[in-house]
Amino acid sequence: MTVWPDESVVPGHAGGFDTVDMTINIGPQHPATHGVFRMALTVDGEVVMDCEPYIGYLHRGLEKLSEANDYRQAMGFWDRTDYLAGMCCEGAYCMAVEKLAGIDVPERAEYIRVMMMELSRINSHFMFLGAFGADVGSFGTSFIYAWRERERIYDFFEEVSGDRMFPTYFRPGGVAFDLPENYESRIRWLISSIRQGIDDFDGLLTGNEIFVERCRNLAPMTVERAVNLGLSGPVLRATGLDWDVRKAEPYSIYDRFKFAIPVGVQGDVFDRYHVRISEMFQSTLIVEQCLDQITEGLVLNPNLPKNLRIEKGECYVRTEGTKGEYSVYALAKGGNKPYRMKLRSPSFCNLSALREMVIGSYVADAIIILGSLDIVLGEVDK
Amino acid sequence: MHEIFGIWNWLDAVIRILIIVLVMTVVVMYLTYGERKVVARLQQRLGPTRTGPAGLLQPLADAVKLVGKEDLRPANADRWVFELAPYATFIPVLMVLVTLPFAEHWGVRSLPLGMFFVFAALGLNIVGIMMAGLGSGNKYALLGGVRAAAQMISYEIPLVLSLLAVAMVVHGSIDGGPEINGSLDLQVITRLQSDYPLIILQPLAFIIFFTAMLSELHRAPFDIPVAESEIVGGYFVEYSGIRWSMFQLTEYASMWAFSVFGSIVFLGGWEWPFGHDVGWAYQLLLTTIKSLLFIMLIFWLRTTVPRLRIDQLMSFCWKVLLPMSILQLLMNGFIRVYDLPNVFLSLTSGAGAVGLVAFIVFRAFTRPKKTASLVGAYRQAGVNVR
Repeated sequence: MTVWPDESVVPGHAGGFDTVDMTINIGPQHPATHGVFRMALTVDGEVVMDCEPYIGYLHRGLEKLSEANDYRQAMGFWDRTDYLAGMCCEGAYCMAVEKLAGIDVPERAEYIRVMMMELSRINSHFMFLGAFGADVGSFGTSFIYAWRERERIYDFFEEVSGDRMFPTYFRPGGVAFDLPENYESRIRWLISSIRQGIDDFDGLLTGNEIFVERCRNLAPMTVERAVNLGLSGPVLRATGLDWDVRKAEPYSIYDRFKFAIPVGVQGDVFDRYHVRISEMFQSTLIVEQCLDQITEGLVLNPNLPKNLRIEKGECYVRTEGTKGEYSVYALAKGGNKPYRMKLRSPSFCNLSALREMVIGSYVADAIIILGSLDIVLGEVDK
Repeated sequence: MHEIFGIWNWLDAVIRILIIVLVMTVVVMYLTYGERKVVARLQQRLGPTRTGPAGLLQPLADAVKLVGKEDLRPANADRWVFELAPYATFIPVLMVLVTLPFAEHWGVRSLPLGMFFVFAALGLNIVGIMMAGLGSGNKYALLGGVRAAAQMISYEIPLVLSLLAVAMVVHGSIDGGPEINGSLDLQVITRLQSDYPLIILQPLAFIIFFTAMLSELHRAPFDIPVAESEIVGGYFVEYSGIRWSMFQLTEYASMWAFSVFGSIVFLGGWEWPFGHDVGWAYQLLLTTIKSLLFIMLIFWLRTTVPRLRIDQLMSFCWKVLLPMSILQLLMNGFIRVYDLPNVFLSLTSGAGAVGLVAFIVFRAFTRPKKTASLVGAYRQAGVNVR
């Protein structure tokens, strides 16, 4: 066998064989990376000795684009950050602009936004479950289960906004149009379907002996280490800290709903999986409460100017995105464009824990650890 | 007995081999179709529907496509190792098919040491896989090849031991002939199962055989050498076109061969439950149905279970399957030496099988159920918690 140029033969123990640490390149085109992510694993046999993540394959210059386009035009770029939950990203962007310009949002629009954001969260978590099941090795079944629910949610998004993945439905000051006539029955049906989907996943994966054996006690993380690394979202909550921006610093109208924060115990891969699957159920509860509380009224602030100009201002909006804390910093210095927009993307921060989680585990485990971090590359690379 | 060196005997053997190769090709084509359909139904999809009625011509379309594809070879591949590897994996499976009796006297040759021949031929399979893994000049392929070697060598042992246990316990006489105590001849093993299939005598051996068979076939949950989400196909990652299809052919042909073999050894083949006088058509049908049971079980497992990790796979083999199979071999020897009745075989092996299953179920039930708990200001307020 040839020795690749970047590898050198290291002398083995006395009397043993000389061995080579092999470098395997996983990505950017590899089914386990869920996008265009690359990690170079240095392996000793099957054990990972080192891991070097490479990002940037999907960099589109979101922040610069937002600064070069006016407030309305930049909306469309933000969908494409966390492309599995476009509505959540739109929500964060719109809240930042509203805070900057001091725009009020009508009551009904807030409810619609919360419903859409929670449905997006459910959708994103379903995609996590599907892809994670495929990582662990359940041949396509989990993916198809996830796809079924995703299609139903996207069908509803299409009815509401006209687009499935990138709806561009929110506006600074509300949402673009009102919900369709039959929205209540549609959403209630959707929720029952989602709960069925969650049960299906519970039956397929949660109780599966092999699945539990693979995931339990894999790459555990302590609360202190997780906080130091800047982890957030389900990855942080799996360690046992009940930090959820929706509860800790309620934005929008999240303070009106009753829901619990699922937390794990030891922050291992199984806890991350389980926190997400519990969180989906809590999201369905929020959507149901929205349906009970929603009132008739306007969905877009009528006093908006045609061309939004913001004189001066600076704000930082924290929201609980699907992958963690999705925060937007905006600085306006006059004109119809922001002077600076900055996205604190949760996937990027969570990815920083990858290296220390992966080292010492098997190659097969490295892949499910990456899967359990649930990164979405649109958000990592911005 | 056959006259070995006669020209007609050779001609007969060659014609039979040609027939079995043709039959195997068709069977493999429709196994891929069947797998796609069954897996699709299990996953709430339709599977192939467009080519021909219910997609029945899909395998033909696939075959045409594969033959038409360019046969690529990576620049840093070892040329002859790379190009010969598909044949080196395929020929052992073909050799296994030589001795399988699909119905009474329906096989190429009935060998007195048929079961031994099957082990020996299947053991060669690994050579081709290692050749593909090493010769491709690809690290995924290398990992896949090494994983396959480790896995197949480990699982060969419980597989052989479980089948030896079965070969030990077959006894009786055929048509009032001499008393037979233990046999490796597949025809004899089948004929001696006229009253009950051997799975009743040796359920533990059946479980071990089926597990080891999944492992030898690289099927879920033991598809570690070909893990799609880790090493993207493993040892055949660099192959394309006709050479890739040789690997697929091997995979499905060995699945078929193992299923027929298992149904002959454990489920009574063409003998049980109707005896051997029912005619070859019924015999073929019986073998087909019994081997389809195996194949369906494999498909079902593939859609349901995740993949094991390599160390879990190894520890399951060396710590669970191997001691169990050795214990069973010892118990069988004890029972046969003291000439105890057959019911003791069922009892000891059944106890082992129940113990194995009970151990797994016990482990599943005693582990902490769910680690995620729910906290929040509203937990006491009666929020619905799953």
